[in-house]
Amino acid sequence: MTRHRALPLALGLLGGLGLLVLVVLPVAALAVRAPWSDLEDLLGDRTNREALRLSLVVSLWALAASVLVGFPIAWLLARVEFPGRAFVRALITLPMVVPPVVGGVALLVAFGRRGLVGQWLDQWFDVRLAYTTTAAVLAATFVSLPFFVVTVESALRAADRRPEDAARTLGARPGTVLWRVTLPGVRGAIGAGAALAWARALGEFGATITFAGSFEGRTQTMPLAISKALERDVESAILLSLGLLAVAVVVLVALRERWWGRARWGR
Amino acid sequence: MPPRRSRRVAALLAASLVAAAACGDDGPDPEAAAPRASSSLRGTLVVLAASSLDPALGAVAARFEAAHDGVAVELGFDGSSTLATQIVEGAPGDVFASADEANLTRVRDAGLAGPAVPFATNELVIVVPTGNPAGVRDLHDLTRPGLRVALCGPEVPCGRYAGLAFDRARVAGPVASAEPNVRAVLTKVALGEADAGIAYATDALGDAAVDAIDLPTELQVPVTYHVGVLQDAPNPAAATSFAAFLTGPAAQAILRDAGFGPP
Repeated sequence: MTRHRALPLALGLLGGLGLLVLVVLPVAALAVRAPWSDLEDLLGDRTNREALRLSLVVSLWALAASVLVGFPIAWLLARVEFPGRAFVRALITLPMVVPPVVGGVALLVAFGRRGLVGQWLDQWFDVRLAYTTTAAVLAATFVSLPFFVVTVESALRAADRRPEDAARTLGARPGTVLWRVTLPGVRGAIGAGAALAWARALGEFGATITFAGSFEGRTQTMPLAISKALERDVESAILLSLGLLAVAVVVLVALRERWWGRARWGR
Repeated sequence: MPPRRSRRVAALLAASLVAAAACGDDGPDPEAAAPRASSSLRGTLVVLAASSLDPALGAVAARFEAAHDGVAVELGFDGSSTLATQIVEGAPGDVFASADEANLTRVRDAGLAGPAVPFATNELVIVVPTGNPAGVRDLHDLTRPGLRVALCGPEVPCGRYAGLAFDRARVAGPVASAEPNVRAVLTKVALGEADAGIAYATDALGDAAVDAIDLPTELQVPVTYHVGVLQDAPNPAAATSFAAFLTGPAAQAILRDAGFGPP
């Protein structure tokens, strides 16, 4: 452990100041301003409860979709040589760098009523995605998928291939190797990727408000409810913010060995 | 030790699932789940309405629900321009109550709404934080250098009305933040982040954190709310009934109490 050796004082001060201004003070302000005495009322408030319920529903669906679609992508990127693999790898991380609101506009012009695909969905199947809970799930999946893929892909690439080779030599079919050898080997990364993807889905705002709007009970997840609450009831906004903060802390604690320990995934 | 860690993550996710299921159990209101028969109308009615109609329209909706036991009204408030865009892009809804005619016309032009019916009026006021610390008196003062002013964006009804008022006063509109709806203007002013803003008289009425300064009659712009039934309304019968209810005596009395004028 040589990380902290001879850390120059000036850098320490600068970093410490940054930490204080950007993290410690804002979080402390939330805790100080929190309406602890009205906690029960605010928790019982229909709008807040609906937002909480919807946040869990939307983020868990997004997580399920990310895992379902993300694992095959991660596996293909890590294990199969194909032309344009580097391009696909860049493409999958695009939602991580593109502003979420851009993602929302993109989803809207693709799947909105007048969208590229959406107009046909509307005409042929009478299906309208925009501004529905499904749209909120799509938006959350859009932003959270890359977190899962990137985490699992780097674990797959770093994993020891010998057990797979051994299994194959012993006559196991590809499906069996994947299920019995490969998957257990990257179990930790799948958990970490899922937690990251879930946290990102839970915090999603920009793509959601653009593609799904902010309709109570339908698309108004907690981040959207916070933004809406700021327009009327700042106390509610603070409380909901603290709720999401608590979830983030739980995720960090759950992943703590991954972040701070001798991590094996993602180089 | 990866297995232990992943188990912890799994436990975390499982806990959320349980929580989600628990929350889902008490989701729908018991009243909505047990319709009583006294009206032929049924189901959910989605009303998309201008921010300034909150909370008065909530009271109107409650009265409507009381008259039609089988109907649950779902209200979505935002700037009329935001709502119009969302409706045109496919947001599901039954009724659109706009703070002007222009945004409803935009929806009608897209072939997505029936006739626009006026149902209420309002007046513009200057809003300032309680006690008026910046000493604002009239529209001219809003252009004072250094004064932080919050207005609705030009496409939002409250922003367009404010622009018309400045025109009438022959004052060039001030440099101001362009808020997406009138509630955002009120929040900025109530928190003291803005020294002044322009909102509706009804908004200032119910807000202890702001004071209102009336505009002289010659600067007043006619603010008329319009309602329209949406073409693709999932619940057209309830939508038509609600639109008619808005111009009826019960709803009008509630709106009058909240400070809105007759159409």
